[in-house]
Amino acid sequence: MTSSQARDVRRRGFLLSGGLVGAGALAAACTSNAEPEAKAPTAAAAGGANDKPGKKVTVGFAGPQADHGWLNAINEQAKKEAGRYSDVDLKITEGSNDAAQQASQIQTLINQKVDVLIILPADGKQMTPTARKAMDAGIPVINLDRVFDTAQAYRTWIGGDNYRMGLNAGNYIGKRLGGKGTVVELAGIDTLPLTQERSKGFDDALKNYPQIKKVGRAAAEFNVQTGQARMAELLQAHPKFDALWNHDDDQGVGALQAIRQAGRKDFFMVGGAGAKSAMDAIKKDDSVLKATVLYPPTMAASAVRVARLLGQSKIMSDLAEQELPSSITLFSAVVTKENVDTYLPFAFE
Amino acid sequence: MTGPEGVRAEETGATASPPADSAAAPPPADEQGRVEAAAAATGARGRSRLRLGELRNVGLIGVLVVLVLVGALTRPAEFLTYDNIVVILTLASVIGVITVGMTFVIIGGGIDLSVGALVALATVWATTKATQVYGTGGVIFCALAVGVGCGLVNGLIIAYGRIVAFIVTIAMLASARGLAINISGGHTQTLNSDNQALVNLGYKDHFLFGRIPPLVIIFAVVVALGWIVLNRTTFGRRTFAIGGNPEASRLAGLNVRLHTLLLYVVSGLCCGIASIMLIIMTSSGTSANGNLYELDAIAAVIIGGTLLSGGRGTLIGSVLGVLVFTTINDIFTLNNLTTATQQIAKGVIIVIAVLFQRLLAERRAGSSAS
Repeated sequence: MTSSQARDVRRRGFLLSGGLVGAGALAAACTSNAEPEAKAPTAAAAGGANDKPGKKVTVGFAGPQADHGWLNAINEQAKKEAGRYSDVDLKITEGSNDAAQQASQIQTLINQKVDVLIILPADGKQMTPTARKAMDAGIPVINLDRVFDTAQAYRTWIGGDNYRMGLNAGNYIGKRLGGKGTVVELAGIDTLPLTQERSKGFDDALKNYPQIKKVGRAAAEFNVQTGQARMAELLQAHPKFDALWNHDDDQGVGALQAIRQAGRKDFFMVGGAGAKSAMDAIKKDDSVLKATVLYPPTMAASAVRVARLLGQSKIMSDLAEQELPSSITLFSAVVTKENVDTYLPFAFE
Repeated sequence: MTGPEGVRAEETGATASPPADSAAAPPPADEQGRVEAAAAATGARGRSRLRLGELRNVGLIGVLVVLVLVGALTRPAEFLTYDNIVVILTLASVIGVITVGMTFVIIGGGIDLSVGALVALATVWATTKATQVYGTGGVIFCALAVGVGCGLVNGLIIAYGRIVAFIVTIAMLASARGLAINISGGHTQTLNSDNQALVNLGYKDHFLFGRIPPLVIIFAVVVALGWIVLNRTTFGRRTFAIGGNPEASRLAGLNVRLHTLLLYVVSGLCCGIASIMLIIMTSSGTSANGNLYELDAIAAVIIGGTLLSGGRGTLIGSVLGVLVFTTINDIFTLNNLTTATQQIAKGVIIVIAVLFQRLLAERRAGSSAS
């Protein structure tokens, strides 16, 4: 083949790929997930004098890549909450799971001289020095959920309680079973501290019920595909049991599918995190899923509020304290058919 | 012996059925002779090679038998039940279909690291609200189109842009998963009530004869088609020839570039089919799907006895490899062992399986040489 021929072929190749891009652009119309935006649920309305517009506050927000329903909800909650206040200007960075990249994004926010920083680190330990830099520069840091190594790196920590999530799941199951029966646990990624804490809380709660035995446990990876696979195998390993706790509602979509495929109805299931699909199922009450334990993404909305109060040097009027607290741990409520309507507006998709 | 050895072309030889690969250029009359020549140029040893391939499979079957024994002994009441075997085969089918495509690519001398990301993108694209409007047919078409389209892009850049497959497919891995996250916004997208026909295929009342899951049938059909194309058509023989020695194949008159392109399209198509199966299994699509599928598929292909440098391999070996891995997973979950222990054992079993195969092969080679 001569070189001109070769060039010809290559050109043809490029033309072809050009055509493909065109076809792709057409098909891209199919990627829409838009739904008429009607509801814009925000966290429980704040009241009192604190809600009145005050000094303008610029809030920087840096989170990890939103590759999971819960993390996605964190970003949305922060944006929506900031939109409610005319005196809040939210500067949100493109999320990243790479520590170096997140550090540089935070550095950019510091350079822009934001008034308050909200950081949900991809990895708390790795991001500690960067957060301290912000504190040293006089910018108060609100640490969201994944905690920094030292209290010197944040002004206030707001986060969920993984241990209590397991505790509440275990106690709910214990009560519902009347203190007697067998239990199976479908955990999340086993190497994560949050999974270990959830499991420890669950086990500790089950100790209150000596006649309840945990007979099986498997670890999925917080996605539907592994949730389905591990659940299908667990169901084979345990032809009969009374209750199931699944750590995460995203993988729960797969787990529920595996349960339907096996045609099993001999137990009830409790989920975790609080996804909309899970709450819808609880409300409809047509599957084994009877409850889910919250890990509220509304913490991002709370963080925006606390950031605003910090920036305007205000305090929480419902507390007697003259300063904002340095640590706020959220409660992991158990959502059941009875109270699901309260939580449904804050469920994440 | 120099270079990658062994092309199985002449095993099927003159008895081969007429070429089924109408997509490729119509073969000239003396095509057969040229392929033979290309095969000869790569130094095939014919008959003994076939035996070697079979031996590798025997080794894997041995591993599988040992695993089944372990499962049956540790959980006698649960392991060898109809339900559990359905679970194992169903879980094997998704990764199995991907492995079929991967076997073609690797035998053809390439590698496809983008399969997991393609599955993520295809499941997400096929389950968006905009796609679901078109119903079940739309979902199926979309998954296949995304798979084939991405495979086509891979193949075009590799074959005509002449960039190494490793780099192209790793780039596709990054961008396809990125696009999947972009489209889904990180959400898990479930099928709406209009498209439950797909989900129903996963339920027992839709099993064929009430016993065989449709997913396993799809898997079996893909494997059967793959086997026929690889072993009984010109397309298959060309794949072995090109993987064994692309230069000799080109000199023998094969359109190496077009063929390479088609191999990645085959892999993309398999990803599309696997995506539909995953949607049936989980009733949803998410950008987190297909995580590390590329490694699972490559591992299955390798322990199945396919040469990573191309030119030699069997589809049956790859399928056995998939079954070995799925069975290991199942046994570990049945016995309540932690993920960490599972990973250790998996690594050990891979090494043992490959060692076992090599010992068998060497003994065989030694005895046939004397």
